Amino acid sequence: MKILVTITEARSVDTIFEIDGLDIDDRYLSSDLNEWDAYALEEAVRRTEDEGGEVVAVTIGPEGVEGTIRQTLAKGADRAIRVWDEQLAALDLLDPLTKAAVLGAVVDAERPDLVFTGVQSGDDAFGATPIALASTLGWAWGTVVNDLRLEASVAHVHRELEGNLEELTDVERPAVLSIQTGINEPRHASLRDVTEAQQADIAVRDLADLGLGGDALTSSIDQTALYEPEREGEATIYEGSPEETAAELATVIEETGVMQ
Amino acid sequence: MTVLVVAEHRRGELRDPSFEALTAGRELADATGGDLHVGVVGGDVERHAERLNREGVDLVHTVAHGEEFNHDVSTQAIAQLVEAVEPTVLLAPDTVNGLDYLPAVAERLDLPLVTDVIDLEYDEGLTVTRELYEGKVETTLSIDAPRAAITVRPGSWPQAEGTGDAEVDAFDATIDESAVRSTVTGFQEIGGEVDVAEADVLVAVGRGIESEDNLEIVRELADVLGATLAASRPVIDNGWLPADRQVGQSGKTVSPELYIAVGISGTAQHVSGVRAETFVAINDDPNAPIFDVADYGVVDDLFEVVPALTERLKRS
Ligand SMILES: Cc1cc2nc3c(=O)[nH]c(=O)nc-3n(C[C@H](O)[C@H](O)[C@H](O)COP(=O)(O)OP(=O)(O)OC[C@H]3O[C@@H](n4cnc5c(N)ncnc54)[C@H](O)[C@@H]3O)c2cc1C
Repeated sequence: MKILVTITEARSVDTIFEIDGLDIDDRYLSSDLNEWDAYALEEAVRRTEDEGGEVVAVTIGPEGVEGTIRQTLAKGADRAIRVWDEQLAALDLLDPLTKAAVLGAVVDAERPDLVFTGVQSGDDAFGATPIALASTLGWAWGTVVNDLRLEASVAHVHRELEGNLEELTDVERPAVLSIQTGINEPRHASLRDVTEAQQADIAVRDLADLGLGGDALTSSIDQTALYEPEREGEATIYEGSPEETAAELATVIEETGVMQ
Repeated sequence: MTVLVVAEHRRGELRDPSFEALTAGRELADATGGDLHVGVVGGDVERHAERLNREGVDLVHTVAHGEEFNHDVSTQAIAQLVEAVEPTVLLAPDTVNGLDYLPAVAERLDLPLVTDVIDLEYDEGLTVTRELYEGKVETTLSIDAPRAAITVRPGSWPQAEGTGDAEVDAFDATIDESAVRSTVTGFQEIGGEVDVAEADVLVAVGRGIESEDNLEIVRELADVLGATLAASRPVIDNGWLPADRQVGQSGKTVSPELYIAVGISGTAQHVSGVRAETFVAINDDPNAPIFDVADYGVVDDLFEVVPALTERLKRS
């Protein structure tokens, strides 16, 4: 079985940061393997460990994301593909439909049996790429999957809905499945795996390699502003030593009358 | 222009985010003197249509097909409805199911798609606001296209109320059954021994606690308060506390007298589950969005503040 796993390097903002135009300077950002993708990868690796096959990790991103992609190799992916070129770099915003078009071309080239993705990426949190990808491929899909049992022609999934409720769904294969955190326990890579992954080749593809020529990627969505949100709440923030702030909080708690 | 909102129902009942999306849709329609349509697929569509006839709704399209949500059916039905109605903006709730078909509709009809929108404006074109980086930063996006598909975050608009004078139109969608490749076979409720929804006082712990062993310090705080221990999702995912303790979108909605959030950043999926009379947050990041919803906060290391608070309360 061959499973393709889509991977994002997700960025998070440090405690202190500055916004410069439409960007936050790299020095205020940290990047890591997207939390949801770690579970998707683990789920894929477990399947091929059980049944044989191959896990191919695919990402869209500049050379700088290779450190993150190597993590997927260390954690059990057999191969990694990175898609990037000037046309992608020039895009203002990688929106879900654009990502789906690029990833769809990779799926066409790789012909996997299944695609696993994370439910969302922690940074831009669109949560829409897996479904858009399935739609471009004409494949079935199952989203927010927190339990999965595979049969030859069907995937039995539990989809996590709101309010402690799960939907039990049968999805025909081939399918794109978006994986929710908590479905498994992602492994830590051993030092040896990490070292080996440092040496591994990462295949780099541009849009032309994938048969996505010219103006295949146009987006009508433009980012016009980036700013720190105004604090809506009227939270009273206590300052001082831990003893002082704890005393203030204790007073608040006592005043609620919950401690009889 | 016309705005088309897609309503959502589950187990026979329309869900609240549907009525919030109606408010968002009405605001947009008003901005251009346009009409507000709403579509509902499946279930008891006539009863749904009556309830969806809220103030400001001009037309309800019902698609009678199936009882429960099926994303393949919704994708086909809504794509056909969009082609018939030609709305400028297609709006759906940003819920697990809203996100389960709208991207496919957008992909199929080549509509630009923006999800999890918290504000909308229409002035010669559509501008939307959304959050990035777990709510620490906001961004606005402008959409330069004749049509767009948008999901709106639950809790961002009030629910539409009152009764309107909408017409009801039974829309005749043609569902290609061979393209229905997923089947919902049932539902399962995740129960447990502890019902955090019942508790008057909750001490909720998040990823900031770092390890299972460290839970001891919040447990001690919960003990002096007679509180129930709850958690954000990563704590549950790590297996440090059982699933019945999870608060938020996929977990429980809680409404205690006092909620103390310890080392929780305050993502929408967490805080959407909290309606506390008094909300206290302890977090070392002053930009954490939890401080938007808290009444009282301390920006400091939880490993210092929580033990100090426990000591203090023991003395009182
Ligand atoms: C479909 C879906 C459903 C979801 N449902 C839920 C749900 O029901 N409930 C839920 O909670 N999440 C849910 N999530 C996950 C949600 O998106 C977040 O990932 C999660 O809420 C983050 O949890 P957290 O705040 O504990 O962790 P983080 O976001 O990592 O925040 C940890 C916080 O701790 C602070 N911190 C770290 N160290 C310290 C210290 N020493 N002292 C003080 N503060 C410290 C940090 O500054 C940070 O603000 C869902 C996600 C999806 C996609």
